[in-house]
Amino acid sequence: MKSPINARNVVVALTALGLLLLPAYSALSGNIFILTLFTRIVIFALAAASLNLIMGYGGMMSFGHAAYLGIGGYAVGILAYEGIGSGFIQWPVALAVSALYALVIGALSLRTRGVYFIMITLAFAQMAYYVTSGLSRYGGDDGLTIYKRSNFGGIIDLSNRVQFYYLCLACLFGGIYLIWRIVNSRFGMVVQGVRSNEQRMQAIGFHANRFKLVCFVISGTICGLAGALLANNTDFISPATMYWTRSGDLMVMVILGGMGSLFGPVIGTIVFLVLEEVLSQFTEYWALIMGPLLLLIVLFARGGIMGVLGRVTRD
Amino acid sequence: MIDSLAEPLLRVENLVRSFGGIKATDNLSLDVAPGELHAIIGPNGAGKTTLISQLTGQLMPNSGTIHFAGRDVTWLPSYQRSRLGLARSFQITCLLPDFTAADNVALAAQAHDGHSFRFWGAARKEKHLRDAAQAALSRVGLANRADVLVSKLSHGEQRELELAVALATKPKLLLLDEPMAGLGVTESARMVALLKELRKEVTIVLVEHDMEAVFALADRITVLVYGRVIASGDPDAIRNNEEVKRAYLGEQHAVTRHG
Repeated sequence: MKSPINARNVVVALTALGLLLLPAYSALSGNIFILTLFTRIVIFALAAASLNLIMGYGGMMSFGHAAYLGIGGYAVGILAYEGIGSGFIQWPVALAVSALYALVIGALSLRTRGVYFIMITLAFAQMAYYVTSGLSRYGGDDGLTIYKRSNFGGIIDLSNRVQFYYLCLACLFGGIYLIWRIVNSRFGMVVQGVRSNEQRMQAIGFHANRFKLVCFVISGTICGLAGALLANNTDFISPATMYWTRSGDLMVMVILGGMGSLFGPVIGTIVFLVLEEVLSQFTEYWALIMGPLLLLIVLFARGGIMGVLGRVTRD
Repeated sequence: MIDSLAEPLLRVENLVRSFGGIKATDNLSLDVAPGELHAIIGPNGAGKTTLISQLTGQLMPNSGTIHFAGRDVTWLPSYQRSRLGLARSFQITCLLPDFTAADNVALAAQAHDGHSFRFWGAARKEKHLRDAAQAALSRVGLANRADVLVSKLSHGEQRELELAVALATKPKLLLLDEPMAGLGVTESARMVALLKELRKEVTIVLVEHDMEAVFALADRITVLVYGRVIASGDPDAIRNNEEVKRAYLGEQHAVTRHG
């Protein structure tokens, strides 16, 4: 048995602990901004973790993952606009619509491989972008303001910053736990086997595409949840949420943290969004610094930050 | 053990597959009886791998039929043929490089043990899958290499693992595409010994360049040239067949003499 104490696990444990204690720090120091920033980080970390499931474990380079953020968000926003404020309706609808979208897009996209898969997922996400831009009833290009956050009866108040943060964090940790179980299950073994060598998996009796499609749907559904959280966080949803650069950001977060490592996307998202926040205070050309940094990571640390901290094992 | 009167396990009839103007499989017919070890030989470019790929469903024929265990499998995808008990090993090693040897075999066992749309329980903790994997690894002499990543195994070990993976699918018919390819003398001898054991349990179609191994192992030999069967029979008959000598063994002798 390898010792559980290594740089990797220490960083993961400290990060998880830090995320848990963040509201206390925010309250004690009176720094509300940091809570706002990290709520956003936690939501994007969930989206990145869902992308990691197909990208890191499944080998499916989806360049349209932000579409689910938008779909989950619009499900919440449109229902709220139409007077259905209950989270018990909004959120299941958000998940269901995301799953359905993933099923259709996946069934079509998974006929292709490699660059074509990247391009077709991108194209579908752009289609979703233009479709929502045309929804004039719901704000079109300008987006849709959500006047009331999802209502969960008396159970949890989403307008309360701390409660909302912990809800997001619970979704993130729950999502990662779910992905961990999936990755190590029979299903997850097959998905990873297909990533490793699809021809071999077919030859021993697996219908590879069926497994990839189910994985694609699970990933999209989890990201749809992140979308529902995001819409509640910003009280607003607009087509920009699913613009292709946002899909690119999600990919960067996953690659930065370490593809195929369970907690990597969380680390990647924290680094990405904190850097963006800090750098953009100094210069509006913050991307000029972020770009080369990413280049270095991709060139010299294939396993991302988690890879640098220790060997990436895929379990 | 070999029952040539029985219904053949594999029956190929009038198979044709062309690439552009070249017929890689040219009206080819072939029977494999249950229990036999049937070798397929032929010079380079005779269409041996093309044939194997059509038998396993990686490649579809232009015309002709393939029956396996009494069923028409001509148009079945490869994963369904595998389910029926048709396993293959690849000429160029085709494994999951970033998985351990045991994982590679356990996945093959998993494919033939209930469905795999199970999302919760840890697959590596399913004892019967691990046991099946360990048993298959022991068969090929890799028992103590179970936890080594495939990419860290030697070429010879990878060839043996190919075999273990195929065995773990509990095949009725094993299609081996040049299992000795790239093996050294000792490794080859081990592989021959292993195949001698395996043939007692499973019907085997063996494509191989190593003539010594083929004549030592085969019950029947089919000779392909330019995608056509030019002879089929027991090793003695093939050895003495004039056309084979001309078309194939003659070339081999020429190669050994001059090269």
